[in-house]
Amino acid sequence: MALLEVRDLTVVFERKGEEPFTAVDGVNFDVEPGQTVGLVGESGCGKSVTSLAIMGLLPKRGARITGSVVYDGTELLKLSDRQMRDRRGRDLGMVFQDPLSSLNPVIPIGLQVTEVLERHRGMPRKEAMVEAKDLLDKVGIPDPNRRLSEYPHQLSGGMRQRALIAIALACRPKLLIADEPTTALDVTIQAQILSLMKELVQDLGTALVMITHDLGVVAGLCDEVNVLYGGKVVEKAMRHELFAKPRHPYTHGLLASIPRLDAPRGEKLTPIKGSVADNIPWEQGCAFAPRCPNALEVCTSVTPAEEDQLGRLLRCHNPVVPGTPAAEEVPV
Amino acid sequence: MSETLVSVEDMKVHFPIKRGVFLDRTVGYVYAVDGVDLEIKRGETYGLVGESGCGKSTLGRAMLRLNEPTNGRMVFDGTDVSSLKGEELRRMRRRMQMVFQDPLSSLDPRQSVESILVEGLRAHDLDKSKEQTGKRLRELLSAVGLPSTALRKYPHEFSGGQRQRIGIARALALEPDLIVADEPVSALDVSVQAQVVNLLQELQDQFGLTFLVIAHDLAVVKHISDRVGVMYLGGLVEEATADDLYAEPLHPYTRALLSAIPVPDPQVEDRRERILLAGDLPSPANPPSGCRFHTRCPWRQASKCDTDRPVLREIKPGHKVACHWAEDIEAGVIKPHEVAPILIEETDTMSPDVPLVGPASVTEALNP
Repeated sequence: MALLEVRDLTVVFERKGEEPFTAVDGVNFDVEPGQTVGLVGESGCGKSVTSLAIMGLLPKRGARITGSVVYDGTELLKLSDRQMRDRRGRDLGMVFQDPLSSLNPVIPIGLQVTEVLERHRGMPRKEAMVEAKDLLDKVGIPDPNRRLSEYPHQLSGGMRQRALIAIALACRPKLLIADEPTTALDVTIQAQILSLMKELVQDLGTALVMITHDLGVVAGLCDEVNVLYGGKVVEKAMRHELFAKPRHPYTHGLLASIPRLDAPRGEKLTPIKGSVADNIPWEQGCAFAPRCPNALEVCTSVTPAEEDQLGRLLRCHNPVVPGTPAAEEVPV
Repeated sequence: MSETLVSVEDMKVHFPIKRGVFLDRTVGYVYAVDGVDLEIKRGETYGLVGESGCGKSTLGRAMLRLNEPTNGRMVFDGTDVSSLKGEELRRMRRRMQMVFQDPLSSLDPRQSVESILVEGLRAHDLDKSKEQTGKRLRELLSAVGLPSTALRKYPHEFSGGQRQRIGIARALALEPDLIVADEPVSALDVSVQAQVVNLLQELQDQFGLTFLVIAHDLAVVKHISDRVGVMYLGGLVEEATADDLYAEPLHPYTRALLSAIPVPDPQVEDRRERILLAGDLPSPANPPSGCRFHTRCPWRQASKCDTDRPVLREIKPGHKVACHWAEDIEAGVIKPHEVAPILIEETDTMSPDVPLVGPASVTEALNP
């Protein structure tokens, strides 16, 4: 059985004086124990809201969450706040994008790590401090004894992110959700953090949900990749399949629009035309249709269904035939 | 084509660190740019890459004298810009324009697009008659791919990519020779990035512009630049044509940087060798002695590295590198070794170079 089963997860935000906004629209995915699953998409595609909904971190007022999130046999969406608090940090760990704003600026790093250990594992403070030191050591923070008594602002961005990973992994959760953990970091630091996460996840057997906008990060890390667009999963496949033969025009277009380090120079990029602002609602067809080079008439009238095609899920009326180059589009 | 448009000689920008309430004692300097020489030829795109805090943006700004350089000269088309003052400098600026990273904060929210574009024309007396200006504005907008109806709109009515197009149109309005683009695409989504990258290339072909593109994304820089300079802690460590730099990086830092960039291809990702650098970037207020990179360098040698600062020297035609041991490293005589990370005291907060992609909060997600 899957460790995490997300079924038909929908998050609708109520807005004063405006139409409600559907940020996540019927998202399904499974995470097997020890597996790394990627959620990829551009800003506004609902990837972060999905993670917040799973963790129960969305405001009670204003956000309407439907569907189901089953973790190890328990329905998370039905848990009370108190029950959820017992799980968060113990069974489910989370690493956020900006390490400075997710650490408490007025509490030393050491206390922020021991807090989790005391709360969930009932350790006395002294014992927890020793464990915290080991944790900081494990995530590669040099001189952990001194770092325990320091404040977040005294650490560099990369070190802060390491501290945050130490906190998230303090109770050896079975599932770790990482929301753009390296976006705020420089490339060389990003490489350090990614290799650290890969190592820890393998050592501890933790399942990882990796949320990112960077297809490069996904290519090196994830087993299965979900590509989100406009709040829906438009394509889901194992990473080798997905990158070798992208079928959804959005995935295909995304890959064609990234300058690649190993590509010959002078090759022109093929951008996706328009921007997310051009989307049409899913009820009227495919949200991507106005930007899609493959759009047919049916795309603006019938919502494409999620279809299983040889182990990959695809939501498209007119998928890309493998091997075709990206359509040359004049930017609007 | 090979005519030099810009040459920078021994450029230094040091920012004083002040302490005290009444007497502003200077307690030290941040060596943001510390001795850079570079040349940009007319019609080429020069890419400047490096991580946050390496001084690449400061160098770009100092070249336009938006920051006053502490030392060094910048010669632009035969004129020494660093000695110009007042009106002369102002007139010179028409020929050097800048495109900024964040298109929203670099456009006045209360100015319409028309007024944003006309402002520069007025300042340089290019706003002769109404018809002529109107024609020029429509030309500009069509050059950057915006409809002429955009003139009456305000920056908030556009998407990120379109705003960056307005910023580019503003830079183009004065028919400059040089455009300095500081992280022109890093605030944009990937699918939109490609649009702006292509636009920059088209404009260069169309108007024969010279670009200095400053970015942290080596893949983007490699894609659009003819030559690339890699910066580390205030100095250039390597300079080569884009293809050479990728094919045979000579400086250890460039090697590490190239190997750290994720490639969206699982087959490449599984095979490639990573050079992981230990620790963080040292503080530019207290740079390491000798070679700035020696504290993190896996190829560091016992002599020279921590005492002599290597100069940028040409070891192959068109390929310059600032490393004492570049030849030996390339020949494989020196093998990489383990490096223990060194504690870096963090003084400042987050770097402004790295964009935070994605909505920062639920409210932002609701009102993009």
